[in-house]
Amino acid sequence: MSTAMLETQSTDTADAAIQAFTVTFLIRRFDPDVDAEPRWQDFDVEMYATDRVLDALHKIKWEQDGSLTFRRSCAHGICGSDAMRINGRNRLACKTLIKDLDISKPIYVEAIKGLPLEKDLVVDMEPFFASYREVQPFLIANSQPEAGKERIQSIAKREIFDDTTKCILCAACTSSCPVFWTDGQYFGPAAIVNAHRFIFDSRDDAASVRLDILNDKEGVWRCRTTFNCTDACPRGIEVTKAIAEVKQAIIRGKP
Amino acid sequence: MPETSAGTLTAPAKPAKQKPGGTLYRGREGMWSWVLHRITGVAIFFFLLVHVLDTALVRVSPEAYNAVIGTYQTPIMGLGEVALVGAIVFHAFNGLRIILVDFWAWATRHQRVLFYIVIALWVVTMLAFVPRHLINVFSH
Repeated sequence: MSTAMLETQSTDTADAAIQAFTVTFLIRRFDPDVDAEPRWQDFDVEMYATDRVLDALHKIKWEQDGSLTFRRSCAHGICGSDAMRINGRNRLACKTLIKDLDISKPIYVEAIKGLPLEKDLVVDMEPFFASYREVQPFLIANSQPEAGKERIQSIAKREIFDDTTKCILCAACTSSCPVFWTDGQYFGPAAIVNAHRFIFDSRDDAASVRLDILNDKEGVWRCRTTFNCTDACPRGIEVTKAIAEVKQAIIRGKP
Repeated sequence: MPETSAGTLTAPAKPAKQKPGGTLYRGREGMWSWVLHRITGVAIFFFLLVHVLDTALVRVSPEAYNAVIGTYQTPIMGLGEVALVGAIVFHAFNGLRIILVDFWAWATRHQRVLFYIVIALWVVTMLAFVPRHLINVFSH
């Protein structure tokens, strides 16, 4: 008897674990060859609670409408390809689980805001990368390390900029910023985060150059501390805090 | 009735309504505090513009000044003053919050708590101001 009880229990839990739900996705489609304006299209998809929004996009593309266009590469939250607006907030589709969304209502999926829309969920990332390049996001050192040695840095000095090394350049922060939506010239959170990563690196010698670049009308002073970027970052970087640190470094005149 | 019990888990057949222009970005306290700061800031600017003009009238003639100020002594302007003080009090307290957020790492981390403190201070200030002000407005 006890074994039979156990069996029923285990099949019950197995059934519960793999229960599928029909989830409605409302996707903002845009085909530049056909549409003058983006339009919403709904898709019903069978999903498990453990699935991700990216799985839903895959199912739609593979089984319902092959013309659905979106970017994804690694699908594991590292490459930063699939940032999109899910239920009104910037998220990575590959890190947003169905169980964390309210599936009693349709799930809204649309492209990130503030960058030119190319097709469906794909935007032109070039303005974003142009700002990134402008802050010189690479090591600039005036001295050579001793022959055969690396540049030495203490754990404490590494800790100062540890948070901003985590950026994957997905543009979730920059395209969540109300200032960036209306003023495309603003460097945006991501560029400042990546400048921060080198400004506060003790091995780097060009902090003053980067502080000078960001001490611009369109630089850090455009930040209005709305904290949308901090909330949107899929890597949990405290973006607004990093921007505040750069602001203070500019006032001090040194990192 | 019981039929709809499964409805809590499955999506409705028809989506409620489609938003043509894209959804509104669902920012949290930080974004809405900024929106309020902007609105109150612009409102205060227009008040100050009018205020500078009507005060400058005293240089034209004290009679003209008195005539213009006299038109303000109405219950509608009294309610407008409540709105004005509400906007200034929010803008002032939130401005202090923004300074703290910019210069103090603890405040940057706890900006959400600070926002609710701003709202609490606003409520306390308005509770002290509004009854006394309205008694003055409606008893004259």
